[in-house]
Amino acid sequence: MIQFTWLVAVLPIISYLLIVALERRLGDKTAYFGIAALLAAFVLSAGIFVEVLNGATYHKEFTWVISGTRAIPLGIQLDHLSATLLAAVTLVSSMIHIYSLGYMHGDKRIPRYYAVLSLFTAGMLGLVIADNYFILLVSWEIMGLCSYLLIGHWYEQKGPQEASMKAFLTTRIGDVALMVGIWLFFAYTGSLKFGEIGEMIKAGHVPATAALVGSLLIFGGAVGKSAQFPLHVWLPDAMAGPTPASALIHAATMVAAGVYLVARSFPIFSAAPPQALLVVAIIGGFTSIFAASIATVMTDIKKVLAYSTVSQLGYMVLALGAGSVVAGTFHLTTHAFFKALLFLVSGSVIHAVHSQEMHEMGGLRKKMPITFWAWTIGTLALAGVPPFAGFFSKDEVLLAAANLPARLTEQGLGHLAWIGNLVFFFGLATAFLTAYYMTRATILTFFGQPRDHHKYDHAHESPGVMAWPLIVLSVPAALVGFAGTTWFGEHGNWWASFIGEQALEWGAAEPHHIGWVMPLAIASALLGILVGYLLYGVAGVKTRQNAITALRPLYTLLKNKYYVDELYMGTVVAATLAFSRVVGWVDQNVVDRIVNWVGAAGEWFADVAGATDRYVVDGAVNGTAAAAMSAGKGLRRLQTGYVQSYMLTMAAMVVVGIILFQVIGG
Amino acid sequence: MAIPILYPLTLGAFLFGVGLYGALTKTNAIRILMSVELMLNAVNINLVTFSRYITPNNYRGQILTVFVMTVAAAEAAVGLAIILVLGRNRNVVDIDKITLLKG
Repeated sequence: MIQFTWLVAVLPIISYLLIVALERRLGDKTAYFGIAALLAAFVLSAGIFVEVLNGATYHKEFTWVISGTRAIPLGIQLDHLSATLLAAVTLVSSMIHIYSLGYMHGDKRIPRYYAVLSLFTAGMLGLVIADNYFILLVSWEIMGLCSYLLIGHWYEQKGPQEASMKAFLTTRIGDVALMVGIWLFFAYTGSLKFGEIGEMIKAGHVPATAALVGSLLIFGGAVGKSAQFPLHVWLPDAMAGPTPASALIHAATMVAAGVYLVARSFPIFSAAPPQALLVVAIIGGFTSIFAASIATVMTDIKKVLAYSTVSQLGYMVLALGAGSVVAGTFHLTTHAFFKALLFLVSGSVIHAVHSQEMHEMGGLRKKMPITFWAWTIGTLALAGVPPFAGFFSKDEVLLAAANLPARLTEQGLGHLAWIGNLVFFFGLATAFLTAYYMTRATILTFFGQPRDHHKYDHAHESPGVMAWPLIVLSVPAALVGFAGTTWFGEHGNWWASFIGEQALEWGAAEPHHIGWVMPLAIASALLGILVGYLLYGVAGVKTRQNAITALRPLYTLLKNKYYVDELYMGTVVAATLAFSRVVGWVDQNVVDRIVNWVGAAGEWFADVAGATDRYVVDGAVNGTAAAAMSAGKGLRRLQTGYVQSYMLTMAAMVVVGIILFQVIGG
Repeated sequence: MAIPILYPLTLGAFLFGVGLYGALTKTNAIRILMSVELMLNAVNINLVTFSRYITPNNYRGQILTVFVMTVAAAEAAVGLAIILVLGRNRNVVDIDKITLLKG
């Protein structure tokens, strides 16, 4: 089955084409193409995953371009990491396809929605099985486009419209960096393959500075796609799209592509100077605490989850930066499940109460039991409560961060070891904040008294087509973490032995076990839950208002998301607008004038050319004709029509010829 | 070498001159045809003569003469047929008056 790896990525493309082709005839029924294709892809990739578990791998390549003596091969590959992600992505995506049937019911653009959703999935699957930067970049851009289309699904409204443009343009900055990075390495190594480039850097084909700059440029792509600081601004706004699309794209898969990129490029990062990975760790650590702190004051349930996603992506990036591919990819996988679950639950809640404001919810636990339990599982997983998935992966991430100071000392960056400690502290504080804001969201949404009775009365459990995906996704969200327990496998845990071998080849670190990390992680998570419970479960509104008043400056800062958007509006956007105004002025007053001059000169030249044409060229042509005519008039006299006169001429000519022959001599 | 080469050549030239004169001056189509035959026969005499004097051991000239006579006979037959038809239909054999194809 493993030789059909390509089919996994092609199936969604087929469904995309079918939906586009048959949209007119079948209308909303085209949605079933998407669902069928994704379910088939899931079955296929599950089979592939089982084969990979039994030790199979797959690599196939073809020559893309031959230029001179240089051939550029492209190919697809399947190793442990990509097989896992293949299965995870197809499972999440097929569940979301099914869920969308309920959530998007009655929408006027369902075929468009499903077409883009399928195309997006194809992009993600293509990215996962790529063995080179070219296919990766193509898939990457497909996803960028689909993200834009899905955020702007309701493009009649101003919000989604602006959010889609913002997302597209912000990620574009990272995309350009990625592209420049890829070409930089291609210029030095002549290869587009992940592994080869790393080996050539190690062999010294690339100067250290170029390797550092190149790897940071590639990381720039990840910063854009995975919404890391300072390009995180698009992700929270992207929540303007349909919730299931957010679950797929802005929680489980596309944003994880950036993390996957860094993991795949790890041979390059580990071969480049160690500062490259340090930057990755700093950005990741900072983003995690930065976004988590904003999530604590958001009142829109989707915004909470959005900032939580940014923060968790920061975790993954932090783990990779700390040198642990195992931890980063493990958190990537578990997060894909529980964050997709949480988003789908929030979609179910929004579907029921027609609002995203948590202050208009409350007490929904009794009305929506399935939704509530799915949310609880997702929350416990995200907050890192054992034994749910997030606990194990978060533990790995923190362990990697705790190993960072020692690793830096090893790499000769001992004077920067304090950054390692700082980053670990960021991670720990994020664990606390995550538990806190999830408790807050849970209590505001599902517990207490309903705050909006009208909305509460209309609330109802979602239909089966939405509830079943929640149940299905709850299973991995709860259980996937056991892959990271110490009970299986050789390298400490099963996941580490599954991914670890390859990661070691890529130059990843194998974190040493540190005893106090796990208790500390559990303690901060429980503390977060406790604080959240005390503030929102026990204390009343009055106490919270007092707390806000006491912390007014901090609260305002958080509520305004650290003014990053305003900063961008004031600097980048304003500068761009000013620049475009200058360019516009130049265009109107300089370029246009030049163009007009050129036009006038062209007109004059055309006049001259016209006169030349009329008098010189036409004169020559007419003259030739007239000459031919007069010559003809003269010559026609010879044409008497009497055969005998011709013969006479002939005879005379023969005589003349003979005489000439005699005179001149033969 | 009984006869000097000058004699048959002179005869040929004389016959050719007569033929050429007739072809150029006469307007009667039959006479022109006869003149053409004369010229052809003058040529035949030349061919035989040169063959006899230059390559006495083979008969190329004589053979070619037989061909010329054959073609001349065919030509005369076709020409006479045309003239006959013309004479029958338009009652003229004068080439000056046959101007059907003149523009």
